[in-house]
Amino acid sequence: MAEITFLEAIREGLDEEMQRDPNVFCLGEDIGGFGGAFKVTEGLQAKHGEARVIDTPISEAGIVGAAAGAAHYGMRPVVEMQFIDFVSCAYDMLTNYVATARYRAFLPCPIVVRGPSGGYVRGGPFHSQNPEAAFLHTPGLKIAYPATAEDAKGMIKAAIRDDDPVLFFEHKYLYRRIKGTMPPGDHVVPLGKARVAREGKDLSIITYAATVWKALEAAEQLEKEDGLSVEVIDLRSLLPLDDEAIVATVRKTNRVLVVHEDTVTGGLAGEITARINELCFEWLDAPVRRVAAHDVPLPYAPPLEDYVLPQTSDIVRASRWLAAY
Amino acid sequence: MARIDVIMPQMGESITEGTMSRWIKKVGDTVKRDEPIFEISTDKVDAEIPAPNAGVLAEVIVTEGQTVAVGTVVARIETDASTAVAAPAAAPPAPVVGAQQVAPTAPGVPPAAPRAAKTAAPTPTGDESAEERLKRKSTPLVRKMVEDHNLDLGVIPGSGSAGRVTKQDVLTYLESGAPAPAAASPTPGPVVGAQHPAPAVSAPPTVPATAAVAAWEGDRVEPWSRIRKLTADHMVLSRRVSAHVNSLIEIDFSHVAGVRKKYKDDYAERGVNLTFLAFIVKAIADNLRKHPIVNAAVSGDNTVYRRDINVGIAVALDWGLIVPVIRHADELSLLGVARGVQDLADRARNKRLTPEDVQRGTFTITNPGGFGTYVGTPIINQPQVAILAVGAIEKRPAVITMPDGSDAIGVRTKGMFCMAYDHRVVDGADADRFLADVRKTLHAFPESQG
Repeated sequence: MAEITFLEAIREGLDEEMQRDPNVFCLGEDIGGFGGAFKVTEGLQAKHGEARVIDTPISEAGIVGAAAGAAHYGMRPVVEMQFIDFVSCAYDMLTNYVATARYRAFLPCPIVVRGPSGGYVRGGPFHSQNPEAAFLHTPGLKIAYPATAEDAKGMIKAAIRDDDPVLFFEHKYLYRRIKGTMPPGDHVVPLGKARVAREGKDLSIITYAATVWKALEAAEQLEKEDGLSVEVIDLRSLLPLDDEAIVATVRKTNRVLVVHEDTVTGGLAGEITARINELCFEWLDAPVRRVAAHDVPLPYAPPLEDYVLPQTSDIVRASRWLAAY
Repeated sequence: MARIDVIMPQMGESITEGTMSRWIKKVGDTVKRDEPIFEISTDKVDAEIPAPNAGVLAEVIVTEGQTVAVGTVVARIETDASTAVAAPAAAPPAPVVGAQQVAPTAPGVPPAAPRAAKTAAPTPTGDESAEERLKRKSTPLVRKMVEDHNLDLGVIPGSGSAGRVTKQDVLTYLESGAPAPAAASPTPGPVVGAQHPAPAVSAPPTVPATAAVAAWEGDRVEPWSRIRKLTADHMVLSRRVSAHVNSLIEIDFSHVAGVRKKYKDDYAERGVNLTFLAFIVKAIADNLRKHPIVNAAVSGDNTVYRRDINVGIAVALDWGLIVPVIRHADELSLLGVARGVQDLADRARNKRLTPEDVQRGTFTITNPGGFGTYVGTPIINQPQVAILAVGAIEKRPAVITMPDGSDAIGVRTKGMFCMAYDHRVVDGADADRFLADVRKTLHAFPESQG
């Protein structure tokens, strides 16, 4: 099996699901003939037709609303946000309408809203966001944020098959930099299950998406330079969170660093820290620490973006502090 | 001039902390030696604590409502009154200048602590109390480990930042075979430290974690009180460290019943209730001297033969079990023993026991027979080596050999003894010889002793 990129893995997942289930269709801005801003859907319109890969007007609220209506009638729509930053335009539809539909009216709403997210690409404030925390607080939604090509494919397939609305974040820094060999057959990665990306015993880094790779780099450096054995947990799904995996790693290493690219205040790291306190406080040998982005809009200037976003060196420094505590 | 530390006393074996419930004296008050200066409460005992020396209460370190570890300095008494209160209170420890106080370079990214902290492994300093170490320099995990292994956090070298004791430090300490705080001395010495016997320091945690049990609808889930937790730990630990063997012997109390009947009213006039238990304690105490191996403790690979004969009596309270001790029971008359048993039981129920009352037991008696139980098989009260359970004393049919040599069935007052002993040091023959002697004493209890 040949290696394919993270981006191609998502395309493969979409394609397989469209072949498997005629109710699956894609809609979004410029996803048809143009193949999408990042070319995730390239070739899908030619293969499945204009009725199943639909170019829409520029209205995120309208796209999500149309998808919700189709979902109520038994379809399984996959919405693309050209950049996930613009999901805020559909915030009302997602939080007030889609997330509550099953509760309010027994209306299943099996839609997937996917799109390129994240920074490290000199995208500036409108094209680098990580808005997961805004939706983390909305019961009724699920959130997936894969870090590997294998998970990207397996989880987009799981998201499409899920009977609840799923926000699917695709880190654009990983699109073409990360590659993987797809497992043969119908490769589905269940939502809600974290993954041990690296085994270790001295401290744990809990993270997701692009910072999984930074954490792995840091772990490598810490092993070489400090002799530290660092465990890295890739959460993969943010809603629901895999408490079992979090508790297991705390009980194993007793020292925890939570890392994410999203800004620190109100970010997922705070929620994880609170859960650790509630579930396994007596297993802590040090306070839980966070490494996350500064609370500022993401600057465009490269040195400033590097400063604001968490870097491998930040993770190394925090890990050393934790290990010495 | 001298300033004397007043410490949180140990209010019973396996008690590791106490709560300051009330200060009777305040700073500047003159106190006499043995005059109560504060009240404490623990899970087992509420008590007034007397001043160890005469002087002036110069400093109050632990305030009302605070719970502190046994051995923590709670106050200081100035024995030279002229300089007492003028002296400044001990300066609070300087704030730990940790890495977190340096401006971070990124939010949530603390600068790395100096690696030296890890390698230098500073040893604990003498001017820091156990409580300070516990508060500032331990983490939830370390506290749990220290409690599980019954260690003294104060003696474990810390290699973490600011001398903090880490998980690795505790593991290293355990591996090094450092002595546990209790039962370390091979000779009878003062009772020290937390009172789990801590047989082998490298032993796994006292109580193996049990699988979580799902509560069914309508069930009530009640978290353990501290006394329940301590009891649970102690029982499991005792079962694990001692090779329990039980020997049973039936005692004919008919003669004792006669003596008791004869003196009961006499004793009652003196305010003492003469019970069968008093006779039993007396008989046990009188025979322990002849059988020192039953009046012993185990410390590592040593047997500690106790000089003193101090008999503990298990008293059931609504909130748990406590074992107050009759000191030098072998030196007391039957009246003295009976009075001691009654006094300890009363004070246990009224929470008036002093620390000394529950320390230094060398042998334990438990008396479940009061409920009608035929007999029980008790668990040894560590670090002792034997415990006697007394069954119900009641009238039973018995085979009696008549003067002419023929046998007949008669009515006798009988009760069963079951002694559990630690076969590591007490052999079956030792235990059975001891029990036979006890039975002999009870069968022919001297009437003159009344």
